[in-house]
Parts: sequence; structure tokens; C-alpha cells
Amino acid sequence: MSKLDLKNVTVIYPPPTKDTEEVHALENIDLTIEGNDFVVALGASGCGKTTLLNVMAGFIQPSGGEVLLDANPIKGPGADRGVVFQQHALLPWLNVIDNASFGLMLQKKNPAERKKIVSKYLKLVGLDEFLNHFPYQLSGGMQQRVGLARALSSDPAIMLMDEPLGALDALTREVMQELVLDIWNETKKMVFFITHSVDEAIFVATRLIVMSPRPGRIIKSYNLDFNLRFFKNRDARQVKSLPEFLAVRQEVLDIIHGDEIRIDQG
Amino acid sequence: MSFTNRLKETSKSYLSKLFGRGPVKPGEAYGAPGVGNSMGISIFTSIALIFLWWLITNMGWIKPLFLPSPEAVIAKFVDIWGEEFSGATLWGHIKASLFRVFGAFFLACITAIPIGIAMGVNRIFRGIFDPPIEFYRPIPPLGYLPLTIIWLGIEDTQKITLIFLAVFAPMALSARAGVRSVTIEQIQMAYSSGATRAQVIWHVILKGAMPEILTGMRIGIGFGWTTLVAAEMVAAEAGIGHMVLSAAEFLVTDVVIMGIIVIGAIAYTFDLFMRFVERKVVPWKGKM
Repeated sequence: MSKLDLKNVTVIYPPPTKDTEEVHALENIDLTIEGNDFVVALGASGCGKTTLLNVMAGFIQPSGGEVLLDANPIKGPGADRGVVFQQHALLPWLNVIDNASFGLMLQKKNPAERKKIVSKYLKLVGLDEFLNHFPYQLSGGMQQRVGLARALSSDPAIMLMDEPLGALDALTREVMQELVLDIWNETKKMVFFITHSVDEAIFVATRLIVMSPRPGRIIKSYNLDFNLRFFKNRDARQVKSLPEFLAVRQEVLDIIHGDEIRIDQG
Repeated sequence: MSFTNRLKETSKSYLSKLFGRGPVKPGEAYGAPGVGNSMGISIFTSIALIFLWWLITNMGWIKPLFLPSPEAVIAKFVDIWGEEFSGATLWGHIKASLFRVFGAFFLACITAIPIGIAMGVNRIFRGIFDPPIEFYRPIPPLGYLPLTIIWLGIEDTQKITLIFLAVFAPMALSARAGVRSVTIEQIQMAYSSGATRAQVIWHVILKGAMPEILTGMRIGIGFGWTTLVAAEMVAAEAGIGHMVLSAAEFLVTDVVIMGIIVIGAIAYTFDLFMRFVERKVVPWKGKM
């Protein structure tokens, strides 16, 4: 079992213009992701969600604190953390199978071996009939599926997803939420997932962290199990209309809007 | 069905074709202006221009000294294909010019593309090459032609250098812009797939820059043809530009026009070839 540990992580960006102050994107973030955690970060724009993901991915080094993956400090990006981007980030000159096995190609695995490994993941994301298509021949949802397969192909310890469904239409988005959950359930990987959508966050998370901007910090954390309930009857709409679900939703919305109106004051 | 009925039907379908419902025509909806196929119009324009040329000259409205007829130009083409004009046969002139333009183009490809890429991925290279390229780029080749003669004489070296300089700047700048066109997500994707810096440059940036590099090659060779005549102005023994200029001195207008058409035809053919290469090498261009 893998474990990702953030200890007292602080990220300060230099002042964007002369007369402004430096930006405290993240302040004293403590977060542990382990086992089969599906951690979702939710918050308004500018609350540091993406910065947090970039720190985990190794794209930026924190100004303070440390990030440990299985007790080893993260020094830069690597194939042990698969990243899924909001914009698909595929390479347009490679077909589906070559895009999905890009990481394996970098590791100098031979084509037959690559194909064997990646076929499994392409089947998992439902693209096994589109192996020779090029990205521009695919819809947005399918492009994102390729991105998922690519991130999975190097068998990372954790999947880092930066609003992976943000650019999709509402219907595709619901289908993809279930797909992401199925992949998580199938591969038993840790997931760190960023979203703007409160419903999506509560639906997929085992742990939901609500973040607040200036400075970016975690203001509330929930342990949830709506995704496990979904696996029982596979009825997403039913799960999303459960009274408990709606209660959490209301509370989270209140927190985000900064006015925690406690209706139940008893 | 009676004859009159059938006639009615036919005329009805004909009329409905003219005035009735049909598929929506591109450009008629409130969409992007200018969509739709323009091939037919282009062919019509070309034929109309040639016809106009033929009409004007054959009616004697313009003297052949100023504008010879299309037939005369074609006859001249056949004439000097085998016979020398101003020091070489037509094929000799073409060969000399092709050697200069494509020699310069080739040299520019192997220097400008790597330098442009280096400028895109490395701030030191950018710092070094940006001032000289940006400084000489807007100067017309005719402006530094005398200097190339003082430095390099009047042999092919000088001519190729002049054309090379004209081709180099647009190609280097396109390659540099190509590097910038790669998205940060694609680069981060590669890094998080375990790529080294060299692998990112080779597998992502270089290939991602291909559409712009190919566009730069097309623009570059265009500048090459434009500079050719300037390069052949001084002390050339052969070359299309030289042929046109010396024909102009003796008012052999049909050779002047023929030379212009030959340059245009070669340049256009090569551009068609480059577009074909583009479709093969970067089929995703404009689609992502």
C-alpha cells in the first residue's frame, strides 16, 4: 500500500506585478493520502487546488514543508504519479494506442510489450475499438479516456486528476464519473481529484477537502462513502438524491459561499 | 402516367431544384464568412484571365512590344528550350536558378530550423540570436546585396548567401513559434510520464513544432524566389532572373513574360508539393 504525505506544505508565488505582494497559494497544508483513498479537493477558483496537485506531481517545489511518497521526498515529476489534465494533453501525431503507451515508450519497452500492457487499460476505459484512431478523430470524452489510460499505463501509485471532467458536457460528465469510480475500484489506486462541481465531489470522494483562498488552505474535511453506495445498486441518480447526500451538499455549499447558515440550530 | 403529367413532374422537379428546398449552402447561413469550396471559381478566373490576355493581344489593342500574345510566349518557350538565349538554354537557366534557390533553401533548413528550436527552448540561444535576426529581417535583400558582393564576390556563393539570408529569418522565427505552440499540458504530461528534458524536446516539442516549421518552409521558399531575381541581377551567366533582366534590356518582352511564368509555375508547383507534404506529415493541423 502506497502513501502520499504532505507535511506543512507552503507555496508562495513571487509578486505578479511590482506593486503587489507575493501570493500565498498554499499555507501549511497537512494531508495524507493512503490505501484506497479517493481524495477530492473542492473550492472556488484561486484556492490553490491546482497548486496542490502540481506540488504532488512534482511540477513545482513547495516553498516550505515536505511531500513524501512512500517516505521518499518528491523531487520532480515522475511516472509513479499519473496525471490527468483538464485539457486532454494528448499528442496529435500519435494514435490512441501510442498516446496511451507514451510513458512505456519512454521506458524503452518494445512495441509488443507496450501493446500488451496498454490494451488492458484501453479496454478498461472502453476504447478497445479505437486503437488506431487519432486524437482529432475522437470526441472530448473519448480523448479524456485516452488520458486516463495513459496515466494508468505506467502503473502509478497515485492518480492525480486536475478537473478531468471539467471540459465535458453534462451527460458525458456523468458517464465519466462512473468510469473514474470503476477504474478506482478496479485498480485500487489512490486518487487525488480536483473539481468545481459540488455534486461530483461528494459523489466520487471517500474524503472531501474543502479549500479556501488567500491563503490557500483546507477549511473542512469530510469522510464520505457515496461512491461505495453507488457500487451497490449502480444508480448514480438515486445516490445523488439521498437525503444524506443533499445534506452534505447543502453544508458544503454553505461553507463555500462563506455564510454557514445553520438551519438546524438545536 | 400520361405524357403531360410526366412533363409536369419533370418541370416541377426542375423548378424545385432552382427555387425549392435543397441542402443548406455553405456561406448562406449566419456562420463564418467565406466558407465553402472556391476551386471552381479559381479555375474560371484563371481561364478568364488567359482568355482576356488572348483577346487583347489578338485584337491588336496592345502592341506585342508591350504585351505579346499567349501563342508568342508559348512559341518562345519552345524556341529557347533548345536554343541559347543570353548565355544558356532555357533549361540551363532553370537549372542554375533551381540550384541557387534550393541550395539556399536546403542550407536554411539545416541551420534555421535547429536554431529556431534552440531559441524556443533555451533562453541563452534566444538571447544570442534574437537581436541579429530581428535586426536584419526587415531589411530588403537589395539593401545588403552590395555588401554581399564586396564580401563574397559575384560567384554562386554570393548569390546563394543572399537567398539564404532571405529564407533564414522567416524559417527560424517559425520554428521558434512552433516551439511556443506546444501546450504546457503536453509538456507536463510528458514529464509526468517519466520523460527527461531531452525526451520532452525530442518527442513532444520537436514534433509539436512541425506544423509551424512546415509553414515556415513554405514562407521561406517564397522569400527565396522573391530574392532570386535580385541575386541574379549582378554578373550572372545563367539563371531565370538573369534571363528576364537581359531580355528586358533588349525589349524581348515575350521572354520576359515567359520567364515570369516559369518562375511562378515552379514556385507554385513546389508549394503544392509542400501542401501535400503537410497533409501527410501533420494531418492534425488546424484540427486540434
